[in-house]
Amino acid sequence: MPRLVSHPDEVKIVSRRFGKGAAQIDRYLELGGYASVRKCLEQGPDWIVNEMKASGLRGRGGAGFPAGMKWSFVPRQSAKPKYVLVNGDESEPGTCKDHLIFLHDPHAVIEGTIIAGLAIGAKLGFIYLRGEYRYLLKIMEKAVADAYERGFLGKGIFFSKTDFDIVTHTGAGAYEVGEESALMESLEGKRGVPRIKPPFPAVVGLYGGPTVINNVETIATVPHVIEMGGAAYANVGSPRNGGTRLFSISGHVERPGVYELPMGYNLKKMIYEVAGGVRGGRKLKAVIPGGSSTPVLLPEEIDIGMDFDQVGKAGSMLGSGGVVVLDDRTCIVEFALRTISFYQHESCGWCIPCREGTDWLKKSLTRFHAGFGTAKDIDNIQYLAENMMGRTFCPLGDAAAMPMLGFVKKFRKEFEEHLNGKACPFAKHLDLVVV
Amino acid sequence: MSSETMSLFPPRLAARLDALVARYPVRRSALIPMLLYAQDEIGYLSDAVVAEVASRIGITELEVRNVASYYSMLRFKPAGRYNVQVCTNVSCMLRGAYEVYERFQEELGIGDKGVTEDRMFSLEEVECIGACCWAPAIQVNYDYVEELQPDHVPGIVAHYRGKTPGKWKAPHA
Repeated sequence: MPRLVSHPDEVKIVSRRFGKGAAQIDRYLELGGYASVRKCLEQGPDWIVNEMKASGLRGRGGAGFPAGMKWSFVPRQSAKPKYVLVNGDESEPGTCKDHLIFLHDPHAVIEGTIIAGLAIGAKLGFIYLRGEYRYLLKIMEKAVADAYERGFLGKGIFFSKTDFDIVTHTGAGAYEVGEESALMESLEGKRGVPRIKPPFPAVVGLYGGPTVINNVETIATVPHVIEMGGAAYANVGSPRNGGTRLFSISGHVERPGVYELPMGYNLKKMIYEVAGGVRGGRKLKAVIPGGSSTPVLLPEEIDIGMDFDQVGKAGSMLGSGGVVVLDDRTCIVEFALRTISFYQHESCGWCIPCREGTDWLKKSLTRFHAGFGTAKDIDNIQYLAENMMGRTFCPLGDAAAMPMLGFVKKFRKEFEEHLNGKACPFAKHLDLVVV
Repeated sequence: MSSETMSLFPPRLAARLDALVARYPVRRSALIPMLLYAQDEIGYLSDAVVAEVASRIGITELEVRNVASYYSMLRFKPAGRYNVQVCTNVSCMLRGAYEVYERFQEELGIGDKGVTEDRMFSLEEVECIGACCWAPAIQVNYDYVEELQPDHVPGIVAHYRGKTPGKWKAPHA
């Protein structure tokens, strides 16, 4: 069972029911569950969308798009059925928050899905879990079955005239499927290759119908927004960054874990106080602030508030909230190599800049780390990454290129230390080959 | 077609797959879960599995293979009874995943995607499994084992080799 952590600075909203047995429907009800959806049934779609807009809740998957706005893009009238699709393909390295939501609070995901359905006029919602999360799929399936049994799902939910169904779905291993159009392709039983946008999913989505796609954390937050009121939720966070966020802190810290902190919480404090500082009292070398696709920050750059805008201003991204901490013994070249190996493995191959770019970057870095690099390679890594940026259908190309640019720009000296047959100064895993 | 014949799946799985198809507005949506559930039962996507899934969904075998080859968990060759998947992505790597992975290689005497002679174990280096805060982590089939140390490896192997029920737990954890 994944270890739960706690810190006094946490503001527990989404994680309020973690560790309290809320996967059991009666316990969820005892803890105030399914009250928000009843309220939404009374208040109607416009009210829901307005509360969501007032909450300032921005997509927790990584892009940070305001959820209320996304919902408002769905046309009221549609010839085709509308759908809600919950993205639980959590696969951004450094991120494991949705894991805990599925494990501890599956009914919050169900409740949020129903509310999203009410807001846009959908009758069917899908909860897509990555294939590796089989034990969590079982928990979700049980929760959905229990909700049906109580009349919270199906025909006439909560004794209303509204019908709503939920289907849980499993993937089978693919990072790319976390991109929303690839997610729809996958749910339609195809290869997870992204679609050309526009049209956006809110207009033409799953099975051609208007579709709202939200991350698990976003959806699980919805019932809390309704309960607290949009404005009150917004007040917890920083300006234009409503509420709290589940930060997955991993790597070289004393107390890794998923912590729920207000948006805008100071990153330095997060590492040194909340997560107990760098492991073994070592020196901090670098921080990846929002999952492995976000550009690296140096120790002198971490005195910033963790929200979408402030991290953006610091030259990186808040992404999925996966904070990865690296101590002074980490080889940046090796770290870059492991990162690009992942994106090379996960590139679907649809767009040439991503397919070729990730492959060449991996080859260059493998050779470089093994001590056979040349000075020109450093520029070449940068050149390759720059030429991938913005030239692919989906963000995977950018996700692979951005961190590489950060590493080369900020740690050029360390790359140079690997030059001309010199062994890695950190002398670890020299034979690192990732298939 | 291989020697496996028409009644490929046991009745319980067959019923489950029938129900699966009915859940979606479009039949084909059941394809990926169906492949995974069939693989769980048979061990891999044999020719016969591909053929049966194709006919259940109503698409060609070629289309099934085209889709299946995209997903990293789907395989066309048998794995061991216990498939050990070691995450070596960044969060796990920083906390010693390669040491754990190397220890599994020594202990089992196989490399990446290898299968032991007795077919009890297979080993795979995998990408992020969503357990970054409890690193290093592995999955044995679908069981997560978190906060590993290389010294835990012999115990884990013995646990599964002895077919001990439940998942392995660290001593004094």
